[in-house]
Amino acid sequence: MTNVIRCQDLAFSYNDYPALRGLSFSVEKGQVFALLGPNGAGKTTTIRVLNGLLRPSAGQCTVLGLEPFSQGAAIRQRTGVLTETPALYERLTAWQNLSFFGSLAGMSAAQIEQRGSSYLNALGLIERAENRVETYSKGMKQRLALARALFHDPELLFLDEPTSGMDPYAARQVEELIYRISKDEGRSVVLCTHRLFEAEKVCDYVAVMKQGRVAAAGTMAELRRQVTPEIRVRFEFQQTPAIELAPQAAALQGVLSLENNQPRIWDVVVEAVEAVPVLVGFLAAHGAAILSVVPQRATLEEIYLKLQDQEEQVKI
Amino acid sequence: MKLQNVVTIARKDWLEVRQNKAAWIPMLIVPVIFVVILPLIFTLLIPALNVSPNDVMNSDADIAYFIERMPSQLSQYVDLQKPMESMIVVMLGIMFAPMFLIMPLMFASTIAAESFAGERERKTIEALLYTPASDADLFVGKLAAAAVPSIGITWASFLVYTLILNLMPYAYFQRFWFPLPTWWPLIFWITPALAILSIAVTVLISARVQNFQGTYQLSSTLVILVVALFAGQMSGVLYLSVGVEMLLGLLFWAAALFLVYLAVKTFNREALISARN
Repeated sequence: MTNVIRCQDLAFSYNDYPALRGLSFSVEKGQVFALLGPNGAGKTTTIRVLNGLLRPSAGQCTVLGLEPFSQGAAIRQRTGVLTETPALYERLTAWQNLSFFGSLAGMSAAQIEQRGSSYLNALGLIERAENRVETYSKGMKQRLALARALFHDPELLFLDEPTSGMDPYAARQVEELIYRISKDEGRSVVLCTHRLFEAEKVCDYVAVMKQGRVAAAGTMAELRRQVTPEIRVRFEFQQTPAIELAPQAAALQGVLSLENNQPRIWDVVVEAVEAVPVLVGFLAAHGAAILSVVPQRATLEEIYLKLQDQEEQVKI
Repeated sequence: MKLQNVVTIARKDWLEVRQNKAAWIPMLIVPVIFVVILPLIFTLLIPALNVSPNDVMNSDADIAYFIERMPSQLSQYVDLQKPMESMIVVMLGIMFAPMFLIMPLMFASTIAAESFAGERERKTIEALLYTPASDADLFVGKLAAAAVPSIGITWASFLVYTLILNLMPYAYFQRFWFPLPTWWPLIFWITPALAILSIAVTVLISARVQNFQGTYQLSSTLVILVVALFAGQMSGVLYLSVGVEMLLGLLFWAAALFLVYLAVKTFNREALISARN
């Protein structure tokens, strides 16, 4: 796989404040890469450094095979950035905004016309295209800013909170768009978001940032293994099992914990998957009528919060 | 530097200024006052008051002193045998000249404040910085957005002023008398220098003051230059002869280019982004 971004030990400070402290990660071509982290973790600074707006004080990085600070213009020709705020010219119309940015990206008038119509249509803005942006709702502005980021056909997209201010239907459309441009069109996407369920839905790879560095990174499966190596399984019974079964089951080898706070439901944490058939056999042998055994995978939100908690505990 | 990018940025900035009434209404009012209303007052109302200009010219000690000290390059156009003509020449052709310089200063600082500080204030600058346009494209585009219209409007105002000054008092002059030779360097040498100077000062101020109003108010203090020239001429200390104007223009150009050099140094992506954090 080709890496579209490679960065190693990147550091950057705003005056005396260190925003990046040894940031390392890589993004493969066609990948949707989530960059998660609390406010001030360094996500926006990372985007700025990778697009050549800021010069890192240490470390190396390449974007699309180019060095960002010395070859920033060439990189920005091939990247599209959706900034944290829509940053649109509010006194101009949607067409005037797209036309301006398209022209700076070297697009011809015909390309601007054709791609403008296509994106404004796809994002439901075509009927208001001749209105000033200041008359748009927050969600409409966000959609127009997304159109601007995609307008010049970039190979690599940086999307900072792309669904911010959107209603659930519009947010779903954007998620589908991100999925499509990655899987169908082969573009790479770096997605910065606080909406963890959104990242979980569309991202292939996740990096959790904390205080200017990557605290954990991997695919969802890898992150689960890193952060919650144990396996959670939910047992549902036809009838609540006999009360004395729970402590006996909890004492079985490989069973780490057992919760039976809800009627007919047990939540069991096991050390390894081999413990599950042993537990099922034990329950069957004792006459418990099992309706279902479902593994409970940690959500990205649980992983994220656990990572943040670990950092907090280290600090304490 | 790409010319297409420069033109695109300049056109966008100018389009934005045109949409901002707070910016362009004063730019419309000032030329109307200076170029239309004041000349009309002098050329129409004063004769209508039926006051003898001869009396005014001779009784006012300041004006008498002003005319007496005037270099021959200017005084040759003041014929005291024709007092009405002389009064118009002195007032509108000589004394008023420095006031004309308010226009490039004011227009340039208004547009530049809107273009440089306004873009930061509205937080649109970051999206612009993510475009492939180079720092030079952005700077020159914004400089052109302020310089071209401000110089253009000043020159257009000069044309209107010329027409009014020749046509309205034609009954007295019986010829086209304006512009006097001193107006050529004033308009085509000093005016562009002041516009560029004003833009450079505005860019430097906008690096510290992050909003349109604050930047505009501070950069407007440059008008003091014009007031100084006006006062200098009125007091008979410094007459704007062709030679003086060429020298002044040279000084303004030198200052403008030096300040543009400083402004270019402050205008780069790293400085613009870091200033917001």
